[in-house]
Amino acid sequence: MRSLLLHALVALVLAVATPAAAQVLERQVTNFTEKLEIGISTEEIAITSDFRGADLTIFGAIDGFDARLLAQGKYNIIVVLEGPKDNATVRKKERVFGIWVNTQSMTFELVPEAYSLSSTRAIETIAPRRDIANMGIGVDHMRLVPLGFVGDGSTLGEFRNAFRRIRETSGVYQRDPGGVQFISSSLFKASVRLPANVPNGIHVVRAYLFRDGVFVAAKALPLRVVKTGLEQAITRAAHDQPVIYGLLAVTLAVVTGWGASLLFRKE
Amino acid sequence: MTVYLPIAELSVNIFIILGMGAAVGFLSGMFGVGGGFLITPLLIFYNIPPVVAVATGANQVVASSISGAIAHFRRGTIDIKLGTVLLCGGLVGATVGVWLFSLLRSIGQLDLVISLLYVVLLGSVGTLMLWESIGAMRKAAKNQPAQLRRPGQHNWIHGLPLKMRFKKSKIYLSVIPVATLGFSIGVLTSVMGVGGGFIMVPAMIYLLRIPTSVVVGTSLFQIVFVSAYTVIVQASTNYTVDIVLAFVLMIAGVIGAQYGVRVGQRLRGEQLRALLALLVLAVGIRLAVELVIPPSDIYSVVSAAGF
Repeated sequence: MRSLLLHALVALVLAVATPAAAQVLERQVTNFTEKLEIGISTEEIAITSDFRGADLTIFGAIDGFDARLLAQGKYNIIVVLEGPKDNATVRKKERVFGIWVNTQSMTFELVPEAYSLSSTRAIETIAPRRDIANMGIGVDHMRLVPLGFVGDGSTLGEFRNAFRRIRETSGVYQRDPGGVQFISSSLFKASVRLPANVPNGIHVVRAYLFRDGVFVAAKALPLRVVKTGLEQAITRAAHDQPVIYGLLAVTLAVVTGWGASLLFRKE
Repeated sequence: MTVYLPIAELSVNIFIILGMGAAVGFLSGMFGVGGGFLITPLLIFYNIPPVVAVATGANQVVASSISGAIAHFRRGTIDIKLGTVLLCGGLVGATVGVWLFSLLRSIGQLDLVISLLYVVLLGSVGTLMLWESIGAMRKAAKNQPAQLRRPGQHNWIHGLPLKMRFKKSKIYLSVIPVATLGFSIGVLTSVMGVGGGFIMVPAMIYLLRIPTSVVVGTSLFQIVFVSAYTVIVQASTNYTVDIVLAFVLMIAGVIGAQYGVRVGQRLRGEQLRALLALLVLAVGIRLAVELVIPPSDIYSVVSAAGF
């Protein structure tokens, strides 16, 4: 009964998601018969004033699979939720005359502001490390290209490691090596976590299918993360109409301060 | 209950923010200060990005100073002419300050400069106030009258050119030191998110020798306009004024201030000043400790769009 329901749900999700999926990144290596389809339960995540993060479930199906390989558990799936990209600067502090001062910095070009990975197993055991690295899957293999001149590059590794560590500690980069589960022979479910400090913008859900250590197919779907209601109105006003926003902030302060003095004035 | 701050881009506990606003409001009412120098460090201690804390602090200063400024205006204890000269310097200073703020932010030294300025200013002002109030308490205990300022006494500042007559203050003074003082306070307002009353009031009394009766009103007059101007400029150049955070702070702040005033009236002047001095020193020491102890992580990441 329960699996029947799930099947119905997946079918529904797939039916909704397929047209959107067709227009975004899609890779299919021709000499494989397998096809990968994915669908998300929602296309938009709203950040409200009490937003504390969200769990996103992605459903998918493998079509044209080899039943024998599937039974042996040779199919593996990696699902990544990648946030909008922006430059990020890593700064390093050193003690100068007794106080801690930022002395060195390195800026990485267009790195995702959030990155949540879910897979059937630890990604290093899914395919050879070199292949995973070439595809840039996983926080450890993410491309971190420094912007501008970095000297002899001797500090590059140190800054890259610091960047990965800080982003993982703060929860915007996450990995879950058991987050993708097969719910029937060829249907799977992946859960990825959106952290509370998720950046708004267009996120991309990417799914990769591996057969016996070899990459077979990939599929991507966009996911919009938007601030809603008052939050969105405030952010938009602050960036689009900054002078009016500033005047409004001052007016609010004047009214509050003056109002309180009238309210509490002794008769 | 959490509330999402749209500009700081993080969720905070609304009760902690309300508590901070009320506590600082209470102290500002009790001591007759704007409270910007307390609210900004507190917000930084609570992990609000310093860039947002400073700009939002200036907004809170507008709310906490306006009612005092209006009260002084009604009583006629504002020297508008003197205030306007201060204000001219202040507006230029605030503009330079915001420019400096953006520059320091782009080279990654803003947080350090904010902390250093706080440590230096809070440390020196706190020490001076404590020294002075302990002296006054000792004299009061011995039943000696407090030493009064001799009106005829002049210093080098009074020899400067471009003199102007300020009728209300009954003083004939060069505009150079007045505008310079306004300028310095303006820079501090935009870089530190303070009104600057805790520096301006002593400077006006001891350096410019302006009669005490008009000092507080005139300084509030300048503070309201300079901090309002700073909020608008910060909002339009750095987009760092968080209106939600500011509103929660000011609501709690103005209510806290009403109760602070009542308590303040029951305490004696020198005791009040000694308490304020201890408070100022405590905040300064806390910030100094943060600069000296090894940070938990020597690396930090800032995104181009974020903080």
